[in-house]
Amino acid sequence: MALLEAKGVNVVYEPNRGQRIWSVRDVDLTLEQGEFVGLVGESGCGKSTLGFALTRMLRPPAHLEGGVIQFDGVDISTLEGEPLRRQRRNGFAIVLQSGMNALNPVRSIGHHFADILRAHAREGEDLSAGALRARSGALLLSVRLEPDVLDRFPHELSGGMRQRVSIALALALDPRLIVFDEPTTALDVIVQRAVIQTIKDLQREQTFTAILISHDLGVVLDATDRVIVMYAGRIIEDQPSQELLSGPHHPYTEALLGCYGDPRADEVHLGGIAGSPPDLSLPQKGCSFAPRCTLAEDVCREVDPVLTPLGPGKVACHVRARESIDKMGTP
Amino acid sequence: MTIVTAGPPPQTPGDLAEIKIGHASSLPVSLLFVGRALRTLWSNRKARIGLVILAVIILIALFAPLLAPYSPTSTDFKPYQTPNSTNWFGTTGNGQDVFSQMLYGARVSLFVGLVAGILATLVAVTIGLVTGYRPGIIDEVLSFVTNLALVIPGLPLMIILAAYLSSRSVWTIVLVVAFTSWATGARVMRSQASTLRSREFITSAVFSGERLFRVVFREILPNMTSLVAASFFSAATAAVMAEASLEFLGLGNPNTVSWGTILYFAQQQNALLTGQWVLVFAPGLAIALLAVSFTLINFGVDALSNPRLREK
Amino acid sequence: MTAELVVDAVTKTYSRRGRGKGPVTAVDNVSFTIAPGAAIGLVGASGSGKSTLAKMITGSERPTSGSIRFGDTAVESLRARGLREYHRNVQMVFQDPYGALNPLHTVLYTVSRPCQNFLGLSATKAQDRVYELLETVGLTPPEQFAAKLPHQLSGGQRQRVVVARALACEPGLIIADEPVSMLDVSLRAGILRLLTKLREEGGLSLLYITHDLLSARVVTDQILVLNEGRIVEQGQTKQVLQNPQNDYTIKLLDAVATPYAAKQSPPVP
Repeated sequence: MALLEAKGVNVVYEPNRGQRIWSVRDVDLTLEQGEFVGLVGESGCGKSTLGFALTRMLRPPAHLEGGVIQFDGVDISTLEGEPLRRQRRNGFAIVLQSGMNALNPVRSIGHHFADILRAHAREGEDLSAGALRARSGALLLSVRLEPDVLDRFPHELSGGMRQRVSIALALALDPRLIVFDEPTTALDVIVQRAVIQTIKDLQREQTFTAILISHDLGVVLDATDRVIVMYAGRIIEDQPSQELLSGPHHPYTEALLGCYGDPRADEVHLGGIAGSPPDLSLPQKGCSFAPRCTLAEDVCREVDPVLTPLGPGKVACHVRARESIDKMGTP
Repeated sequence: MTIVTAGPPPQTPGDLAEIKIGHASSLPVSLLFVGRALRTLWSNRKARIGLVILAVIILIALFAPLLAPYSPTSTDFKPYQTPNSTNWFGTTGNGQDVFSQMLYGARVSLFVGLVAGILATLVAVTIGLVTGYRPGIIDEVLSFVTNLALVIPGLPLMIILAAYLSSRSVWTIVLVVAFTSWATGARVMRSQASTLRSREFITSAVFSGERLFRVVFREILPNMTSLVAASFFSAATAAVMAEASLEFLGLGNPNTVSWGTILYFAQQQNALLTGQWVLVFAPGLAIALLAVSFTLINFGVDALSNPRLREK
Repeated sequence: MTAELVVDAVTKTYSRRGRGKGPVTAVDNVSFTIAPGAAIGLVGASGSGKSTLAKMITGSERPTSGSIRFGDTAVESLRARGLREYHRNVQMVFQDPYGALNPLHTVLYTVSRPCQNFLGLSATKAQDRVYELLETVGLTPPEQFAAKLPHQLSGGQRQRVVVARALACEPGLIIADEPVSMLDVSLRAGILRLLTKLREEGGLSLLYITHDLLSARVVTDQILVLNEGRIVEQGQTKQVLQNPQNDYTIKLLDAVATPYAAKQSPPVP
């Protein structure tokens, strides 16, 4: 059974009376145990919102509207209160972008660990100071930090170290799924590399399922096995990372890849995508990317494409879907 | 749309709400500004209630001569009357009609509240801006003075000042109240001005060749509008209460008719013993209502500085 | 007016308050020249001193030692009035498109201020110039954009307004401090292309400050790599990036996560 099965997930954001913004629209997502998935897209595409929705972290004025999220067979989309809280132990966890700001500045790191471990303790667990310290120390070691960090305070640590602490705190609950929401965006560019590497190693060692949310396609393709691209609240492409590298299928993904380049190359051409994403408070007709797409046809402006299988993955594009059918048709 | 945003809503580009902006600096713009401010306040439910209450009190104050059945000071009536058909609120120990007094009394309370509030806010804004925008010796000196003023308890200081000042007029009260309530506002303004000073759009304004005066009054101050308004309404609330307290303690001019003096005489003449509870409740309630109206309006003030909230 | 910018042995130290803490050197003996019409990249991670250097070049801060000359002007000794004159020639494009514009002013107001202050234009003439500038930066139709408030614009559009404002007074040198880092990748090329066009068509000099080597490669001819306040490597951009000599430069290059990088880099502690 898949670890996570989400069907028809919608998230609506209502900042003022009468304004409804569909941040996530009709998303189906299946994750198997041990997968490392990257969720990529630009500002406003809904990737962070989806990550929050999947871990039930949405706060008003955003809320889930319709859809089912099954975590290991349990429908968590309707859980509240204590049953939901219990799901966080050995269930799902989230590491935030501002993980650094998520630490209480007046408490030591050790206190943070003790707090979490005690809050989610199970029957018969040893909660003595020594045992907690030992467990916390082990967690810190797993994120490449020394156990003496337990006695320090957040402001005494560098940005990268604080983010590692956040990761260790997420690991403390032995989760089966961890969502990393832009974990390195706010970090220095050199530290980013190191932290992503740590996340990669951890995922390989501990085989938890992970979702890495990032706007940086390069980071995601490097670290993950499978990439999901979002645009205007929808999933528009879902491929293994290698497949995406060798030839993306959705015009948006292609255009996005064209915005990256190797500074060492002899010739560097940096692409851009003209136009802007659509206003999500208005009903969308047809493919959301059509206004900016060089391949757009009439059908694209009328009918919203659905995710159809293409190669080892899926793509939501009329043009590509038709091309693949044509290809299959030719001998 | 910044990449570093986590969590919901996309900014919607090309949002075409119509905003009419006039930026020629002359009278029409100030009226435009006031008009827009009122409309913004009106859109908040709590503020709306506050505005209505305030409007009613202002109207009462303005039209007191027309609304009051009798002169507030004439001692024609039988004293110590409970409410009856001639004197709706009864009469004082001197035979004055309380209802008329209540209507005319609105004038003094409003006057002191608004004027003292404005004065205190003006001082607070000036000191706040000066100290917040230019660190240095002036900042150090003025901050010290502000802290000093904050530490001294307000009401006792007011009582002492009022008791020692020889003239006993409404203006004395106004000045005393303003003098003792500017400090909190100044501290808040300073902190806000200080934060704004390091914002990049202020640096850009300086790079655009703007002079100090314009940077402070056209760039920083407009971004502090809601703070200034909030500060004003708080100061006005405090002023209304302070004025009533001073009058009640007999430190005002006993010849003025205000809600506070009604309470003073009520106390002097043992209104509760003579069963004239209206003499205590009416002014008390009125003072509370005025103060509450300012507080309610304050709820809507936040939207003034946030253009995003204005449009809805 | 464009002229040569000469940064000569500039050092900036800050003293730290607190028990026994020595002074912090943000910039350490940095020297370089920006010829008229050149595009120089100042590259380094955060804390490398590039922002401090930018502040000193724009006159917002004074160097502890060393000098900065723009043409004949000694920047480090400028006072209020001199600084205003200086900003006529040296302008800045900021990193945060959200923070760089006063949320209460329209685009028209924001961009016309430098026109009125520096070029002495009347309100109507300034408006014409604003429309011209908005067209130059690709915000068309200019009348529509001029009436907008910042929160009604997207990040990319805001940044174009910031560029328009920087251009308004016809400066000779523009200092761009991470102008695209906070923009979506799909929007970056547009802004970078704009900066390049302004250089080529207007003869503008550009000091491009960033930690992103890719954009530096696209926009600059020469590059200076800054580490802990010191220049550790410099030269022609393409040369330096294809043939880095210094360890720090190599580290920076490795940190650029390009989708096509097949190279496996060793884990950095």
